[in-house]
Amino acid sequence: MRVGLFVPCYVDAFEPEVGIATLELLERFGLKVEYPYDQTCCGQPMTNTGCHAEAAATEALFVKNFSGFDYIVAPSGSCVHQVREHLTAIPQTEEVKAVRSRTFELVEFLHDVLKIEELPWAEFPHRVAYHNNCNSLRGIHHARPSELNKPFFSKPLDLLKKVKGIEIVDLARPDECCGFGGTFSVFEPAVSAKMGYDKVTDQSKAGADYVVSADSSCLMHQKGCAERLGLPTKYIHIAQVLNGAAA
Amino acid sequence: MTSREATLAAIRANRPKGDFPLPPIPAFTPLVGEDLVAEFGERLKRMGGRIEPVAEGSDPLAGIRERLAGAKVVASAVPEVTGNRDLTMVAKPGDLEDVDIAVVRAVFGIAESGSVLFTEGELIVNSVAYLAQHLIVLLDPTDLVDTVQSAYRRPEFASSAYAVLHTGPSATADIEGVLIHGAQGVRSLTVVMLPR
Amino acid sequence: MSAEGMNPQKDPLHPQVQPPTDESARGQDGQRLQHAEGASKPVRAPAAREAQPRGAKIRGDRPIDQAEAAERFIAAPLHQAAHDARLWDVRKKRDAATQAIPEWEELRELASQIKTHTLANLDTYLEQFEAAAKANGVHVHWAADGAEHNRIVHGILRDHGAKTLIKSKSMLTEECGFRHYMAANGIDIIETDLGERIQQLDDEEPSHVVMPAVHKTRIDVAEVFARTLGTDPTNDDAHYLAESQRVTTRPLILQADAGMTGCNFAIAETGTVVTCTNEGNADLSGNVPKLQIHSIGIEKLIPRIEHLGVFIRVLARSALGSTITQYTSHFRAPRKGTEMHMVLVDNGRSARLGMEEFWTSLKCIRCGACMNTCPVYRRSGGLSYGATYSGPIGLIIDPTFNKRKYSTLPFSSTMNGSCTNVCPVKINIHEQIFAWRKVLAEEHQIPLLKQGMMKAAGAVLSRPAAYRAAIGAADSALKALPRFAVYNPANTWGKKREMPETPKQSFHAWYKQNRMKGGAK
Repeated sequence: MRVGLFVPCYVDAFEPEVGIATLELLERFGLKVEYPYDQTCCGQPMTNTGCHAEAAATEALFVKNFSGFDYIVAPSGSCVHQVREHLTAIPQTEEVKAVRSRTFELVEFLHDVLKIEELPWAEFPHRVAYHNNCNSLRGIHHARPSELNKPFFSKPLDLLKKVKGIEIVDLARPDECCGFGGTFSVFEPAVSAKMGYDKVTDQSKAGADYVVSADSSCLMHQKGCAERLGLPTKYIHIAQVLNGAAA
Repeated sequence: MTSREATLAAIRANRPKGDFPLPPIPAFTPLVGEDLVAEFGERLKRMGGRIEPVAEGSDPLAGIRERLAGAKVVASAVPEVTGNRDLTMVAKPGDLEDVDIAVVRAVFGIAESGSVLFTEGELIVNSVAYLAQHLIVLLDPTDLVDTVQSAYRRPEFASSAYAVLHTGPSATADIEGVLIHGAQGVRSLTVVMLPR
Repeated sequence: MSAEGMNPQKDPLHPQVQPPTDESARGQDGQRLQHAEGASKPVRAPAAREAQPRGAKIRGDRPIDQAEAAERFIAAPLHQAAHDARLWDVRKKRDAATQAIPEWEELRELASQIKTHTLANLDTYLEQFEAAAKANGVHVHWAADGAEHNRIVHGILRDHGAKTLIKSKSMLTEECGFRHYMAANGIDIIETDLGERIQQLDDEEPSHVVMPAVHKTRIDVAEVFARTLGTDPTNDDAHYLAESQRVTTRPLILQADAGMTGCNFAIAETGTVVTCTNEGNADLSGNVPKLQIHSIGIEKLIPRIEHLGVFIRVLARSALGSTITQYTSHFRAPRKGTEMHMVLVDNGRSARLGMEEFWTSLKCIRCGACMNTCPVYRRSGGLSYGATYSGPIGLIIDPTFNKRKYSTLPFSSTMNGSCTNVCPVKINIHEQIFAWRKVLAEEHQIPLLKQGMMKAAGAVLSRPAAYRAAIGAADSALKALPRFAVYNPANTWGKKREMPETPKQSFHAWYKQNRMKGGAK
């Protein structure tokens, strides 16, 4: 099995620990993980803004880097959603289609492909609020969104339940968007920040010591909001928790 | 080209590509129990209306007679109750603005929603059901249907000039979500279970 | 007009009128009632005075600055908090109502299929509707656009010498600018829905398709009514205000020359117009004056009466979290001695039908569920969109009316997708928002600065060496990062949030240092 690791640009730049944890975690399951060194980004910042032509070269580079892998794994729901649903600025060759269909977000890769049963090294004795990133939740179906009349499931919570000592707390608005929204966060800063403040306040009221999510972008935004409000809540990526981060 | 022709032509030119068949509507299992009167009453209550309680063996209209006696103007569209405003003699609908209580019979009720149906036949003057301050509705228990879906299989919708489902009284919560009955129409709706 | 003596507490004739406390929303068993738009818990804005934030600034065809108006809404925290709490409460009620029906998702699918089928055969169904309506004795008119709708209605009123018209709430007539047109032509239009009446008296557009004045607190309403209806300016009790409106509107209803309603559903097989309201005002409009007019958007057609068994079950549950609206009214034929007119209005709908990515927005039944769930809408207020339709559905409909003016709206979304999941007719709203962004960028309807930034980002992100140079070394990352990762020329990020710390090294650098030594790994 050839597994390619995709570390999205903002994780690369701001949260390298998340990339390292993802790599180490995959290796713990005996996988030989390759990291195509010329990788950059999935093209989401451009397509999210409507600028598909401006994303084409970046998308082509993504496909060039990850062509030939059986699985491409990334610790980011929104980037995987971009690749799977919106990497359409370039001609849809068999190669492009193959790369798109083989791209997995870390949680779903562990849950659906590796079907992992235990994480003996993982212990996280803290009160945790889980943040469902919207693209992970409604775009790549990590969990049952609260709007739908369908049976409950949650892949990230299934995984977190295998972590020793963890206590999950419930939010008043479990899957309300935190307001990051990619470029929305800079083009609509007032609404974005207000949503962020409301989200981190909800987490704090729920008694969470930590917020865990499968997307660093939401965490970066929420962390910035929590710090601005002077809240002590800490933010950590699910890859780090599953990899045994002691926090 | 008239606007009619222009609109129809544009629709034909812009018809979406694809096959869009009209789906058959399955008969869903009713979400109400066997006791349709109880189910109806429970839903009506949640919508702000109520069923007049009747003691075993007593006159079903006993409870409302006191209210009728206290009202200045009663418009009755039913033989069971005598009013003092003859609906068949109303010159124009607005003349009913002074009615305190109107009494009408429902064509049928819906257990799933707590609704009752009227047509122009029951109301005699349609406006009475809105201009009156309070509405009293006679409903034969055997005229209850189980679901909204069943209700729409009844013939009255295609045969009446006007058919209306009332579910509780007029209501609004347009100001801070505070629920207020009697927004523009009746302030209360009381159902008396009374066989025809 | 004085509103003295309207306090329901003092009205001996109507003892059933509840006293003005939050307890009034309770049933006989003490349980809280939540029908109509009733809140499941009191949502009382604090009594402190706070000026009502106004909507987006409209400057001709210039793009609406939704973000600016939203920022002013947020800067009025009492209004914003009450607005958010109220709409979130409706969203939760909607969840509970839909969870109570096992076949909910199947009903959504059915509603969607009935609508797409009808739209794909709209010409046939419109002709069928027209023929049925005419056979019922109804006068049927066709309007190509809003202006023609207004002229047609004006003509009908003129023919009858009608000078006053009472109407129930209709988004279509808002779209047509009906009230403004009629005011300019000397016709008195009286809105009879409480929320819409508040907005009319305050000379504001509705901010929500179902709850037109949801952005106002009771204190704002007290101010508007004191100014326009002569109520006690110090009495901001909702019961007093609602009763004042009832008492002052009732004479206008009785004297009106004509009545008008919008339309929730138009039944092709019978020529019936169906309205769903809570106040009974559509029924007053249709049953009191001698002349009645129904304005119908052509997308409101559904084939048969039996299909109401699907739509009536999804509409109120989606909109308000209640089983059904208080009144579901079916207007088919004129009353004896009266005239009934129906105006079928296109106003861009037939053109939208030809827009491959956007035609399914015509399925919309105007329930407002997408607004209630939208986290951006709840924090922005509906008037921030500067358009007839606000919130998620507005984002995808408004640009079809004016691509330049509403070019900014599809960007007022975090693309979270909740709107799509609550939509009772399964419109893929957030995907259409995404598709609109592409159309607008391709047609250069987005700011040059934004497009330029994306071009620059694309240039860096498609060249590995340039990308690594930008983030490769810790010290240069700080300087270079905001340019491509945060797109942040004015540091709008840092004004409201703390900046992320820049790590010692990027993942790329770590990988090179730890995993690529001498080609290892």
